[in-house]
Amino acid sequence: MESIISSYNYWIYILLMMIGLYAMLAKNNLVKKVIGMSIFQTAIIVFYVSISAKEHASIPIIAHGSGHGAVEAAIDITHYANPLPHVLMLTAIVVSVGTLGVALAICLGIYRRYNSLEEDEIQEQLQ
Amino acid sequence: MSIIEQAPALLVIIPLLSALLVNMAGLINRQYCFPFAILGILGSFTASVITLIQVMENGVISYRLGGWPPPFGIEYVVDHFNGLVLVTISFVSLMAVIFSKESIKQELPEKIPQFYTLFILLVTGLLGMTITGDAFNLYVLLEISALTGYALIAMGDNRALVASFNYVIMGTIGASFYLLGVGHLYIMTGSLNMADLLTILPGLYSVNAIFIALLLILVGTWIKMAFFPLHGWLPNAYTYAPSAAGCLVAPLVTKVSVYIMIRIMLSVFSPLYVYSIAGLSETIVWMAVVAILSGSILALAQTDFRKMLTYLIVAEVGYMVGGAWLASSIGLTGAILHIVNDALMTLCLFLFAGIVIYKRGGHQLQDLAGLYKKMPVTMAAFTLGALSMIGVPPTAGFFSKWYLILGAIDAGHYHFMAALLISSLVNAILFFKVIEIAYFEPMVDHHGSHSEAVIIDEAPLSMLVPLIIVALSLIIVGLYSGDIVTNIIHHAVPTGLL
Repeated sequence: MESIISSYNYWIYILLMMIGLYAMLAKNNLVKKVIGMSIFQTAIIVFYVSISAKEHASIPIIAHGSGHGAVEAAIDITHYANPLPHVLMLTAIVVSVGTLGVALAICLGIYRRYNSLEEDEIQEQLQ
Repeated sequence: MSIIEQAPALLVIIPLLSALLVNMAGLINRQYCFPFAILGILGSFTASVITLIQVMENGVISYRLGGWPPPFGIEYVVDHFNGLVLVTISFVSLMAVIFSKESIKQELPEKIPQFYTLFILLVTGLLGMTITGDAFNLYVLLEISALTGYALIAMGDNRALVASFNYVIMGTIGASFYLLGVGHLYIMTGSLNMADLLTILPGLYSVNAIFIALLLILVGTWIKMAFFPLHGWLPNAYTYAPSAAGCLVAPLVTKVSVYIMIRIMLSVFSPLYVYSIAGLSETIVWMAVVAILSGSILALAQTDFRKMLTYLIVAEVGYMVGGAWLASSIGLTGAILHIVNDALMTLCLFLFAGIVIYKRGGHQLQDLAGLYKKMPVTMAAFTLGALSMIGVPPTAGFFSKWYLILGAIDAGHYHFMAALLISSLVNAILFFKVIEIAYFEPMVDHHGSHSEAVIIDEAPLSMLVPLIIVALSLIIVGLYSGDIVTNIIHHAVPTGLL
């Protein structure tokens, strides 16, 4: 129990990931699969963002750093959240938006051709 | 700074910019697309050859993008291993783009600019994945090549859309697993640079998170390379892709994923960790045995020529994964050599399949009937590709298989050796069946569109020339495989293995 509470961010991301994975593999509707995919990718974004957080830390912008040089000595890294995972996730968000776009475009193409988004109905037409 | 020193960056930037140019040229006139596409890939091919020569002369090149020193900046690292893979990728894409000219005119006349833009972006993504020395940068380029791959496959005929949708779902799961694995590495080490990770990780080998990271990355790359039983998306996606797109994705995407697996094994984790401490070798070699046998048997059951080839790809992926995990330097040499050879063999067979689609309008085995009489040059090239796939000397396929078998004996994995031999036997049966149909059976026309007596003869030169060059390259690479191994691959294989 203690371990669940102390690392709840990991449990949340695992839960989200499993919801996404379930939707991708088990749902019959293609758009629901795409939504599952989006949840799955978001889970990983949550994972990355949560690992950069520190207790009692603020955003990683040096507030009192007036002027260049000279002031760096007083900076304590425990006061600032780690900015790198956020930057990485900006890229990952762009990637997931791109994936979502391609997936929805393919869904649109499938709907135009088969007049359905249900996987079993499409399979029937393919036979 | 001379232009030669910039070659590692140029080989990615030239195709990236030419993708932009192709797209804009397509707005003015569709016919401008093809020359720009060829120029872009030719530039990239030249740059990668220059890079490989430089690596062979001066050793490993580290190129700092924007001048930022690693581990903070992104670095491009070219050593003998990825130098060789880079040349292979750009050569294969050059041949595929020359081939695409006529085939795209027939199959997708409305979408020429879109096709070439995606085609070149895919090449950019593959080259970038191969050259980068940064684990997160690799993820981004992995997704660039995957997204363009989905779109290219979706352009194909009838069933391509559904196949492509399955590929999107599976491919996204694969890439996400890779990203998650990199996240675990980042939590433990605070670094994303591969060389930096290699120096930090030894202190953490006993930590579970590192082992989980290895597993996640492996599963991610396995989905991307269609390692049995994660191959479900591949056969349909590659069968129904436009023939020119098939010539690009089928030889390259799986091979580059194998490259990434080996790169992560050797340059992020160390041979010591992956072969000894992680204790996975035994299991993965067995999985490779299953992959090889199932791929071969499934290939036997197909009546569609292109689908048969896709199952052979699944079997070939088993060769390379098994070879890489034998934990023997000869096996690893075989796996690396097989990346090059298999890319060429698969390209040869898919180019042939593309010509058959162009001339006969289908890719069933029956469509090949009677072709030896009508198109002898094409069929001769196909026969070379088939012999290489079976592993007949002096074609390239024989030599890598030879190294893999020696490696299997070296490491004492006799079941892997048996699987390789059985698979060669199955390939022999398969291809002799194909040759028999093409040689003895009379041509039957069953496609409605070809009902008027269409003259079936040799393909146009722009399709035939790439096929002939690739078929001859199979023999040339075969004859020089000793030199390739001693001068290039020898430097890529870490010392201290069996």
